[in-house]
Amino acid sequence: MATAHSRTAARLMLSPAVILLLLWMIVPLGMTLYFSTLRYNLLMPGMETFVGFENYYYFVNQPAFWAALSNTLILVLGVLCITVVGGILLALLMDQPFWGQGIVRVLVIAPFFVMPTVSALVWKNMFMNPVNGIFAHIAKALGLPPFDFLSHAPLASIILIVAWQWLPFATLILLTALQSLDREQQEAAEMDGANGFQRFFYLTVPHLTRSITVVILIQTIFLLSVFAEILVTTNGGPGTASTNLTYLVYAQSLLNYDVGGGSAGGIIAVILANIVAIFLMRMIGKNLEA
Amino acid sequence: MARKVSNTRKAVVTAAAWTMGFLIFFPILWIIILGFKSEGDAIKTPLQVLFSDWTLQSYHDVQERSNYGRHFWNSVILSVGSTLIALAIAIPAAWSMAFVPGRRTKDLLMWMLSTKMMPAVGVLVPMYLLFRDFGLLDSRIGLVAVLTLINLPIVVWMLYTYFKEIPGEILEAARMDGASLRSEILYVLTPMAVPGIASTLLLNIILAWNEAFWTLQLTTSQAAPLTQFIASYSSPEGLFYAKLSAASTMAIAPILILGWFSQKQLVRGLTFGAVK
Amino acid sequence: MITLTQVRKSFGEVDVIPGIDLAIEDGEFVVFVGPSGCGKSTLLRLIAGLEDTSGGIISIDGVDATDLPPAKRRLAMVFQSYALYPHMSVRKNIAFPLKMAGMDPAEQERRVNHAAKILNLGNYLDRRPGQLSGGQRQRVAIGRAIVREPTAFLFDEPLSNLDAALRVSMRQEISELHQSLKTTMIYVTHDQVEAMTMADKIVVLNAGRIEQVGSPMELYRSPANLFVAGFIGSPKMNLIEGPEAAKHAATTIGIRPEHIDISADGPWEGVVGLSEHLGSDTFLKVNAGPLGTLTVRAGGEVMMHPGDTVRMAPQPGKLLRFGADGKAMA
Repeated sequence: MATAHSRTAARLMLSPAVILLLLWMIVPLGMTLYFSTLRYNLLMPGMETFVGFENYYYFVNQPAFWAALSNTLILVLGVLCITVVGGILLALLMDQPFWGQGIVRVLVIAPFFVMPTVSALVWKNMFMNPVNGIFAHIAKALGLPPFDFLSHAPLASIILIVAWQWLPFATLILLTALQSLDREQQEAAEMDGANGFQRFFYLTVPHLTRSITVVILIQTIFLLSVFAEILVTTNGGPGTASTNLTYLVYAQSLLNYDVGGGSAGGIIAVILANIVAIFLMRMIGKNLEA
Repeated sequence: MARKVSNTRKAVVTAAAWTMGFLIFFPILWIIILGFKSEGDAIKTPLQVLFSDWTLQSYHDVQERSNYGRHFWNSVILSVGSTLIALAIAIPAAWSMAFVPGRRTKDLLMWMLSTKMMPAVGVLVPMYLLFRDFGLLDSRIGLVAVLTLINLPIVVWMLYTYFKEIPGEILEAARMDGASLRSEILYVLTPMAVPGIASTLLLNIILAWNEAFWTLQLTTSQAAPLTQFIASYSSPEGLFYAKLSAASTMAIAPILILGWFSQKQLVRGLTFGAVK
Repeated sequence: MITLTQVRKSFGEVDVIPGIDLAIEDGEFVVFVGPSGCGKSTLLRLIAGLEDTSGGIISIDGVDATDLPPAKRRLAMVFQSYALYPHMSVRKNIAFPLKMAGMDPAEQERRVNHAAKILNLGNYLDRRPGQLSGGQRQRVAIGRAIVREPTAFLFDEPLSNLDAALRVSMRQEISELHQSLKTTMIYVTHDQVEAMTMADKIVVLNAGRIEQVGSPMELYRSPANLFVAGFIGSPKMNLIEGPEAAKHAATTIGIRPEHIDISADGPWEGVVGLSEHLGSDTFLKVNAGPLGTLTVRAGGEVMMHPGDTVRMAPQPGKLLRFGADGKAMA
């Protein structure tokens, strides 16, 4: 397919994208790396001094860090579990013939279009508010004491909000995959005497693996850096109960003006993301090749 | 091949699917309803809310309190602008990778995708300082640039998967027919890839429209898109349900409508080209 | 005239074409034929300029074209998949090369209409390729090639996506087109029937090497080696080794099915395994013991049944002899 001409052209046309992304990666990251070795407070410009790894030491040794780290992981895993399992069930349901498929599909996609700040505010006020929220109204109607979700189960509440936003995505991808199932293969299996469950576990599930991988990959990218939902609901609290790594870095650098510490946190977040990324890339590398 | 499905079964599935669809959609439906209620009615129990009077007061109040029009245009400019620029950069790049693959193409793609994995907070501080020093804070230009860069890997990836489906022989035919590289991309590849490009365009407009990290960090008012407009309702106005609902409805309506109208392309786009 | 001098192509370590010399005269219909993977398509793509050569010189009409981009070679190509532009009407497809050449629209129109007339596409000019049948798409692809009035046409297995009946009629159309245009055509196929019926000159390729170049009947009558002997002709030539070949002072002897007569006093004896009645002919698979299985063409009315014993005689002068190196012996 390729001649020297087209290969040269290809390099030329590829270079803007590569150069831009390279700059985008290297320049700010290099600066973060540099800042992370300084004592640098935004309120005291011109007072920067080199402190080596001190910022890392303090960042890691604050109790908030470990809380943030585990919150980040719980958030990612929690949302992944809900959306993947829920997505499979919903997709299986919607793959059946029923009246009004088009409309239901429109309803199910909708949350994906809602910006994070809106969904967080809506859930926080209209649903989870202990006085006027719908959940509180329902509890009262049932004679139960209302539950203050964001104070008593802040992380779980945020997981619920984020899962609501991502469930449509998982459902749609899995539904698309289900619809591309080879009907003849299913019929062949039926002729071979496989019952519904056997067909599901031996044909459908393997067929879905690839799509589940895609769902996990793409969602993880976005879930590792959930921010707006926390900012407008709990501000990371109470205490650090719903602070994730992204929010912690934000708080440290822009709320406490501690650029050095925030940068160190940023680098740690990058390292964490890379560990996850390597793991994921291995996984999709295998699954996407085909 | 089609087998008859019993109507009972179909009815059960219909009921279940509609219930799920309704539950998932309910929060959105609810804010649309609350937006047309008075503040006093909006905090009542759901049944009382439903049977209370309808009013446009909240929309009026929101208009007066903040400039919806400006935020709306900022959102449009930011999302459409960044997506178009990303497409202009990504189409040639995806052409190269899809039709002149080298030994490193797969690695390059993976690397591009991995830049998307870099958490934004990792570069928050320097970006903030760079923006401050270049006077780009709260400017549309700066934000368009950032949104272009964060969506570029996804745009490249999606276009690559769509281009891969176009048979190389057609591009070779164009070359034999005397088309220059420019004509080949402009007259042959791009028109053939229109469905894929449309999906990419839509999905990235939506992602950029809803992007809520950089837009919140790097804007305050002049360049602030709708994400920021809504965030300003987080407190204490959040307690004014009707106004919050009206504002929210206005923030999500454009993208909701766009999304519903272009459902077909979008569903394809939503799968990021990775699921056929 | 297109001349290849020591043209080589390697992909990485693999030599696909170790070195080919070939001259194609003006107006000739040349067919490259060979089994899949023999390098025939690669050779065509080298001539087209869609691949770079790894060495050697390709000259077109006396000009060194080795490093020219495809657009500058004045060649037109018809692809196996037709490679029509799906988003353009038939008219626009055919006019595309003219538009790329910046030709004046009136002249474009004239040429497109002319091509449409030759190819019977007049009624389809405003349709999209997706609305056409395989044969019509094929004609559009040819139309796109002829409007440019190229130095030569290149065909890359153009008929392999058509059904058998259509293949026969398109074969004839292409031959007639060649007779009326008298432009050089280079045609790649793996089907030796296409090669035999269409070519002025056949180039038999195997493993990137030219096995033999010649007119269809030359190749049929006197194949240069065992490969050509086995590849050209259908059903295949019978190749016999061992003592029978040694009687003729050869390692292998070859005899075509039509050159074996059923005769009661023939020297060879065998048992009929399978008989295929085509109506006009009957092909017998005869298990001839030490000679192996022979294919014999008998008349259409010859009735033979599996298990029958037959005696056969090769026609005198039709036996071909091959040496230990596989080459034909005089």
